[in-house]
Amino acid sequence: MFKKSNNKIIKNRSGGKINLREVGIIIFLTIISIGIVMGYLWLFAGSFSGELVYGIVPKNFSLKNWRFLWENPFPENPDWPNIWPILFNTLYLGSGVTLIVVTVSTLGGYVISRMKFPGRSFLLASTLVLHAFPAITLLIALYYILKTLNLLDTITGVVLAKAGFFTPFGIWVMKGFFDGISWDMEMSALIDGATRFQAWHKVMLPIVKPGIAAISIFSFLMGWSEYIFVITFNRSYSSWTLTSYISAIVSDYRFSDYGLLAAVSLFYMIPVILFFIFTQKYLMEITLGGIKGGR
Amino acid sequence: MGRSAYLKIFLFLLPAILFTVIFFITPAVMTTIMGFTNMDYRFQWNFVGLYNYFKMLIDPLAPKIILTNFVYTFGTLLIFNVTFGLILAILTTSIREKNGIFFRTIWLLPRFTPPVVYGVIWLWILSPMKEGLLNSFLRYDYMPWISKFPWQVIIITNGIIGASMGMVIFASAIKSISKDYLWAARVDGATWLQEIGYIVLPMIRWPLAFITAYQTLSLLTSYEYILLITEGGPYFKSTVWSLYSYKVAFSSYAGTYEFGYGAALATILVIVGIIASIFYWRIFKFKEMMEEPKIEIV
Repeated sequence: MFKKSNNKIIKNRSGGKINLREVGIIIFLTIISIGIVMGYLWLFAGSFSGELVYGIVPKNFSLKNWRFLWENPFPENPDWPNIWPILFNTLYLGSGVTLIVVTVSTLGGYVISRMKFPGRSFLLASTLVLHAFPAITLLIALYYILKTLNLLDTITGVVLAKAGFFTPFGIWVMKGFFDGISWDMEMSALIDGATRFQAWHKVMLPIVKPGIAAISIFSFLMGWSEYIFVITFNRSYSSWTLTSYISAIVSDYRFSDYGLLAAVSLFYMIPVILFFIFTQKYLMEITLGGIKGGR
Repeated sequence: MGRSAYLKIFLFLLPAILFTVIFFITPAVMTTIMGFTNMDYRFQWNFVGLYNYFKMLIDPLAPKIILTNFVYTFGTLLIFNVTFGLILAILTTSIREKNGIFFRTIWLLPRFTPPVVYGVIWLWILSPMKEGLLNSFLRYDYMPWISKFPWQVIIITNGIIGASMGMVIFASAIKSISKDYLWAARVDGATWLQEIGYIVLPMIRWPLAFITAYQTLSLLTSYEYILLITEGGPYFKSTVWSLYSYKVAFSSYAGTYEFGYGAALATILVIVGIIASIFYWRIFKFKEMMEEPKIEIV
C-alpha cells in the first residue's frame, strides 16, 4: 500500500500529466514575466504604427517610423548621418571582437585547463581578480592609450579595447569547455605520437566546437551592443555605431518621437532576436561554461 | 619539464598575455598612477601626491554616493540576483522542461539586449508624460517616476538583468542533481518545499556562493544602465561611485575633464573590489575549484 501511493506521486511530479502545481507555477511565472514581454511588444507595436492607444495598443499600420532606412529622419538637421555606414561600423565592431576573443581564448583556455606550469593558479586567480577592475578603471587610461596610439574615435580602437577587456572572461569560459573533455581522449592522441599542438588542433578543437560557437555568438553580441566604450571614445559621425545613433536621438529629441526610437531599437535588436531563435542553446552554454571549471 | 616545454606553453599563452597586458593590465596600472596627478583634457602628468584623495575626503557628495552605492549593490544583489534568480530557477525547473525553457528565455532576453535599447524601453515605461506605459495604465497625465523613485528604479532595472544570470546557473545546477536523491525523498514522503529546503538548496550551495561573490563585484562597479536610465539623477540621487568617477572624468559637468580625480575615484573602487574578492575567496573556499591537471605530458 505504501509503495503504491508513493509511486503515483512520483509519476505526477515527473510530468505524466499537468497537475495543479504546474498550472499554478505557470500562472505565477506569466504574471512576473509580463512586464518584460510588454517592453519588447512595444518595440514592435510602436515601430509599425503611427499612434498607440493606452501606451501600447497600435491604432493603425505605418512604415513612417522606419523612414530612417531610406531618408534623413530629421529634415531640420541636414548633417544627420546615414544609417548604412553606421550599420557597417556596428557589424565591424561585433565581428572584430569575435575574431580576437575566439582566437586568444581557445589558445589560452587550453593551456590553463591542460598544462601544469608555475603560475597557473596565479593566472586563474587573476582572471577572477581582473573582474574586480571595473570598466571605469580602464576607461580613463584606455582613453589615454587609444589617444596615444591614434585610435581614439575609431572602431578599431573600440574593437581592441573591448577584446582586451573580454579576454580574461573568454579564457575562463574556454577553460571550462576544455575541462569537460576526458583526459583519455588527449592521452591517446599523445601516445600515438601527436605533438601537443596537434592534439589541440586535431583532437580538442573539434570537440569544443560548441564552446567556440557559444563564445563567438556571445562576443559578437557584446561587441555589437557595446555602449560605454562607444559613447566615450567615439564622438564623430564616421565612428558611430547604432548605439551612438540611438543615444543621440534620445538626448536630442528625448520625448518627441517614440515611434522612431522604437523602430531603430528594433532594427538594432535583429541579431539578438535571430540568435535567440536559432542559437539559444549556445547562449545558455556560455553562462554555464564560465563556472564549469572544476565544480 | 624542460625549457622548450615552457616555451610552448608560453607561445600558446602569448596572444592572451599580450592582449591582457596592453588593454587590461596597463590601463589598470595607469589609472592608479593617474590618480596621483591632476590630469585634465590637456593630458599632462603633473604629480600632486595625495591631493585627489584628500579632495575625496572633503567631497560633500562622497557620503551620499557611498550610501547610494551600498543600497544599490546589496539591494539588487539580495532581492534580484540571488533571491529572485533562485526563485526563477526553482520554479522553471519544477515544471515541464519545455515550459521552463520558455520562461528562462524570456528572462534572458534583457541581458542580451543592447543596453541602449534596454534603456529606451525603460525610458518609455517610466516616461513622465502620459504616453509612457505606467502613466497610460494609471491614467496619470504627468508623473516623473525616475526623479521620484530613483533608487527603486536603478535596483529594479539592473535587477531584472541580474536575476537571469543566477537563474541560468542555479537552474543548471538543480538539473544536475541526481534524481535518486529526489526520488528517495519522495518515497519518504517529503513535500515539494521540503525537497527544495533539504535537498536542492544544500546541493547548489557552491553556485549560490559563486553568484553572490561574482555579482557583488559586478554590481559594485556597474553603472551603464544607471547612466542610460536615470543619468545618476535627479541631481546626484542615483549616482553610484563608478558613475561619479565616469562623470568627473568624461561628462565635463564641471567644465573640465578631471581625469586625475576620476582615476583616483576609480582606484578606490578597485581597492574595495580586491578586498571583496579576497573576502569571498576565503569564506567560500574558491581555491577548491582550481583543481590541478591530472596528468602532465608536454
